[in-house]
Amino acid sequence: MHIAEGFLPPAHAVAWGVASAPFVVHGVRSLTREVREHPESTLLLGASGAFTFVLSALKLPSVTGSCSHPTGTGLGAILFRPPIMAVLGTITLLFQALLLAHGGLTTLGANVFSMAIVGPWAGYAVYKLLRRSNAPLMVAVFFGAFVADLSTYCVTSVQLALAFPDPGSGFLGALGKFGSIFAVTQIPLAVSEGLLTVLVMRLLVQSSKGELTRLGVLVARKQARTGTGTETEVAAR
Amino acid sequence: MKKNTKINLVLLFLVAALAVLPLALGLGDHKKEPFTGSDAEAETAITELKPDYKPWFSPLYEPPSGEIESALFALQAALGAGVLAYYFGLRRGRRQGEQRALERAADSTLTGAAGKSAAERD
Repeated sequence: MHIAEGFLPPAHAVAWGVASAPFVVHGVRSLTREVREHPESTLLLGASGAFTFVLSALKLPSVTGSCSHPTGTGLGAILFRPPIMAVLGTITLLFQALLLAHGGLTTLGANVFSMAIVGPWAGYAVYKLLRRSNAPLMVAVFFGAFVADLSTYCVTSVQLALAFPDPGSGFLGALGKFGSIFAVTQIPLAVSEGLLTVLVMRLLVQSSKGELTRLGVLVARKQARTGTGTETEVAAR
Repeated sequence: MKKNTKINLVLLFLVAALAVLPLALGLGDHKKEPFTGSDAEAETAITELKPDYKPWFSPLYEPPSGEIESALFALQAALGAGVLAYYFGLRRGRRQGEQRALERAADSTLTGAAGKSAAERD
């Protein structure tokens, strides 16, 4: 989903930058507030950012015969809500743009918009919706991460189709072309990302019950047994 | 093996299978260059759609070779994996520490009670 440096016309590059900036600024505010009010969550914030770092460096082969990588943004969005993920995703994209020539500064706005804004929000929305309809935690986590991953690549396809409409078939023709490159390749990778996010969430449920309860991922049982404040709903698969 | 561990291993196995299957089944064989990055394919598609498009900005720093690039990617993954491992290791250690402290507390009250009852018997 990394649009390469210089590969968006200046007007598009600026427009996506302008669209992304408020989300990132708002995210920085949420992040500093979170760290100030709950210094103990710094560690888990670091772990969420680290998850994005690992996953977006993992280039995996896919059924289309090309390679792509997951985004890892679903986990942080579910744990800390999407605004904070906008910041963590931007940091990852900056690292790749500056050191790896992967993505770029002129396309940073567009890449942030797809990976750090739309992906986390779409994934979070699906997660919340499933939780509201009483889906098991891990099912909601899987589809949240799956959608965060796939929607990112759909947005990239739209961004490129807007910038480079097909001379004959216009925007839709180009969308089909970029969609077949990105979105189809991404489907199995989004499944992988869903599974990995479920794995990490399972480890978190085992290791960090208190923290997950505070973040609202686990629901504290109403004093099921008196005296045990950490009694939590243990998630089923 | 605990049930939890088993499920976690199955999840890892599934991810590995999803990555290996396209390679094992030769799904890239129909391409001139199998398993290139989709980002690069998109660049090619752009030059097809708009042959006269010239990127108007180039990266400030570009890894001088494929080796350096893969090293930097490995660094990125290693940094992330390191932080994740630190987190889970720390959590596990803390939990074990708390448990041991609890056990010790329970032990001392137990021996305390035993000592008392022994004293009462005398």
